[in-house]
Amino acid sequence: MSGGWETVVGLEVHAELRTVTKLFCGCRNEFGAEPNTLVCPVCLGLPGSLPVLNRMAVELAMRVGLALHCEVRPSVFHRKNYFYPDMPKDYQISQYDEPINVGGWLELPDGHRVGIVRAHLEEDTGKITHVGGGGRIHEAAHSLVDYNRAGVPLLEIVSEPDLRSGEQARAYVAELRAILVATGASDGKMEEGSLRVDANVSVRPEGASEYGTRCEIKNLNSLRSLGRAIDHEAARQIELLEAGERIRMETRHWNEAAGHTVSGRTKEQSEDYRYFPEPDLVPVAPDDDWLAAVSASLPVLPAERRDRLAEAAGVAAGDVAVLVEMGLDDLVLGAIGAGADPRVAVNRAANEVAANLEAAAKLTVGAFAELVRMEAAGELTATQAKQVLAAMLESGGKPADIARARGFEALAADALTPVVEQVVADNPDAFERFKAGDPKIQGFLVGQVMKATKGNADGGRVVAELRRLAGLG
Amino acid sequence: MSSGQEGASSPAAGLAAAVREGRASAVEVLERHLGAIAERDPEIHAFNLVMVDEARRRAETVDGAVARGEDPGRLAGVPVALKDNLCTRGVPTSCSSKILASWRPPYDATVVERITAAGAVVVGKTNLDEFAMGSSTENSAFGPTRNPHDPARVPGGSSGGSAAAVAAGFAPLALGSDTGGSIRQPAALCGVVGVKPTYGLVSRYGLVAFASSLDQIGPFAHTVRDAALLFEVIAGHDPMDSTSLDGPAPSVLDAIPMGVEGMRVGLVSELLAGVEPAAAAAVEAAAEALTGMGAKVETTSVPATVYGLSAYYLIAPAEASSNLARYDGVRYGLRVEGEDVAAMFGATRQAGFGAEVKRRIMLGTYALSAGYYDAYYGQAQRVRTLIIRDFEEAYRSFDALLAPTTPGPAFPLGAKTQDPLSMYMSDVCTIPSNLAGHPAMSIPWGSSDGLPLGVQVMAPALGEAVMFRVAAALEGEAPPAPVPAGGRR
Ligand SMILES: [Zn+2]
Repeated sequence: MSGGWETVVGLEVHAELRTVTKLFCGCRNEFGAEPNTLVCPVCLGLPGSLPVLNRMAVELAMRVGLALHCEVRPSVFHRKNYFYPDMPKDYQISQYDEPINVGGWLELPDGHRVGIVRAHLEEDTGKITHVGGGGRIHEAAHSLVDYNRAGVPLLEIVSEPDLRSGEQARAYVAELRAILVATGASDGKMEEGSLRVDANVSVRPEGASEYGTRCEIKNLNSLRSLGRAIDHEAARQIELLEAGERIRMETRHWNEAAGHTVSGRTKEQSEDYRYFPEPDLVPVAPDDDWLAAVSASLPVLPAERRDRLAEAAGVAAGDVAVLVEMGLDDLVLGAIGAGADPRVAVNRAANEVAANLEAAAKLTVGAFAELVRMEAAGELTATQAKQVLAAMLESGGKPADIARARGFEALAADALTPVVEQVVADNPDAFERFKAGDPKIQGFLVGQVMKATKGNADGGRVVAELRRLAGLG
Repeated sequence: MSSGQEGASSPAAGLAAAVREGRASAVEVLERHLGAIAERDPEIHAFNLVMVDEARRRAETVDGAVARGEDPGRLAGVPVALKDNLCTRGVPTSCSSKILASWRPPYDATVVERITAAGAVVVGKTNLDEFAMGSSTENSAFGPTRNPHDPARVPGGSSGGSAAAVAAGFAPLALGSDTGGSIRQPAALCGVVGVKPTYGLVSRYGLVAFASSLDQIGPFAHTVRDAALLFEVIAGHDPMDSTSLDGPAPSVLDAIPMGVEGMRVGLVSELLAGVEPAAAAAVEAAAEALTGMGAKVETTSVPATVYGLSAYYLIAPAEASSNLARYDGVRYGLRVEGEDVAAMFGATRQAGFGAEVKRRIMLGTYALSAGYYDAYYGQAQRVRTLIIRDFEEAYRSFDALLAPTTPGPAFPLGAKTQDPLSMYMSDVCTIPSNLAGHPAMSIPWGSSDGLPLGVQVMAPALGEAVMFRVAAALEGEAPPAPVPAGGRR
């Protein structure tokens, strides 16, 4: 939003589904193999070959649909006809007017709900490399096609135009990716192309109910590109409109290095795809039993995990989003369940555990809960707790053992008193000034205790002890 | 020829029995047929390719199995001709098109696997109208096939090569594909038996697609029993074809002896209208014969069949326009270079496809276009639903239906090539069964000026047992049929 304009964004996300085999044949669904080694008559579209639908792909699509609160419906595959060398059959088998998932929503960590129009199954194309001529098909000397990707199952997830900024679009894709990963549907890797995002961007005067003319932005290879591209595109459109010009409906490509979008083909010359029902496949109609089984097998999804943790920890859902994203919510919830102080548990998880995420798997809920309890009970200072936790992540072990080995246990609550008493006895003048309320002397006395304990005493507890000995409460 | 009662009425079954029992060798059987091919195929041109070496190796394998005491199967040593749109591993499969002239599939069609597993010897690939689009086999890029009964006439099409191969004695069995009549019509014109099974009973895996929702593979044979035998070998579920039906295929050979006594057979008035008098007379004579055998025959109406031809010429080209898109010069087949990729696509398809194929791609592309889809493709699908409904209505009163297979006998080469609409009319009687997905078969019955005619027996979905019973009963009462030069082997 800028200067009276509102940005309107709808996203089309293509997620490669993590099946063992491709959508319509038995070839392995893998990234990075030698070109044209994961192919067969079916995914090469050889004459006479026929597609057979992969049940696992349907099931993963259903999982995502349910996670996005969609209605999962009987669906029909269509043929989308157009000529392109990366399409073995020169048509793509896709779902058209009867997709498997329709009408859902996704909730962002801040509580904003984004409508989902549909999430449908289709096959991926091959991958084309234009050699020479700057990588564009018109100027290339020749082109190479790798059909390993042809027939890989895709789920196309189309959002309503409910997003209002690049930042919100990023949050949407991050959340969608978390759902795809949580449901086991996709690995969500934008950099490997297993998650591909196209953004439909338009702007309109604030308060307007009509949408402006939209442009489709392609080539968004990271969340960063997505956010930047949308903001730059919106700014470009606003500038044009403010100069009294019109927006042309077109496809634009994001140039990450240059930081702007460039015009591709105009949508006005868009092709007629001549969709018709794929006669080689039969309609897919998941029965109630299948649907119920898939629904029952769904894991707890990110939004619910955030709510659960936020409630247990007594904080806002947005504040624990990162913990959920990193998968540390079960650890924290477990510790809280075992009686640990919620705030301390959240802090330690968000800092020390998050800093060493690979080692987090070694950390048992019991050991983590014990560490949090020791810190909250004052048996360890915050500094000590951090060190102990780091050691636990590094090489395992129980927090009490590590604390003892490091000599931290001497400072447990009842061990502090004799040290403070000794300092008071050694510095009677200073203690008198403290009793008289001289604010400057407190630091000196605390410093003496720290020196005696090699810095392992908790400052707050030292002051409390001094005040108790001084009869100040 | 082999001895035995079965052999007398069923040459293919007789050959298989003789080979299985060691009374004949597959190699000898093959050589006899190769001899007939060498003698007369230069004139007939039933084959695009005679697989001499492969067939000899295969026949030796069959004989070897018999010698070891193994059973090579129900088609042991029987030469089978394959329409050249059925994929054969490593053997050119051209669809009689320049665009696939040198293409060798890396795999066998399911039907090829099944007949081979049953001991058959594939003898060659037969000519067809390019991509099965036509009714005379004149639309072949490699020249027409001639009718063995009169080489000046067409064998029908599109499976004209397979029909002619059986009629001329080049092979006792052949496989074709039937999208709108492409097995039954040439069977009638060549005086042999041709069967289009229920849609989904025979796997289409490895059949180069013309119109996917209509295409069905089926047998050619001299006799109903031989056709039934080949049908039983190829029918049955195939996990490679999603439209393949679950459950066991109907058993037809066992049903044949049951006869037609008490059976109710309907004569479809709409399909009798407009055919030549000789064709109508043949059907009426067949109806009388059935009555004589104890069936109850009545004239009936299946009203929506009159819209069959129009609906077919929207649905089939629409699906074809999509199925044939893949022939673009990128991956296999003909490539004609161009300025850029789009130009290469255009040049390849311009040079690779014949006129009729281009005509149907244009028709189909138009029928599917935005703004026309509902008026054309959508409307045609609604007609299809009507035809199914009307057939189902008829099958409430009848076990099977009877009709002409074709409007008349084989026509001279060139007679209809300049008039696509009159050529399309050749399939007017056969198309309704394809649109309904029901089984139908043609058996030789009667003649017109010395040329064979066929009558068509139709049955409801999965009604093959009834259909074969009616056909076999008629076969037993059929008037003497014209015999082509070379004759039956
Ligand atoms: Zn494959």
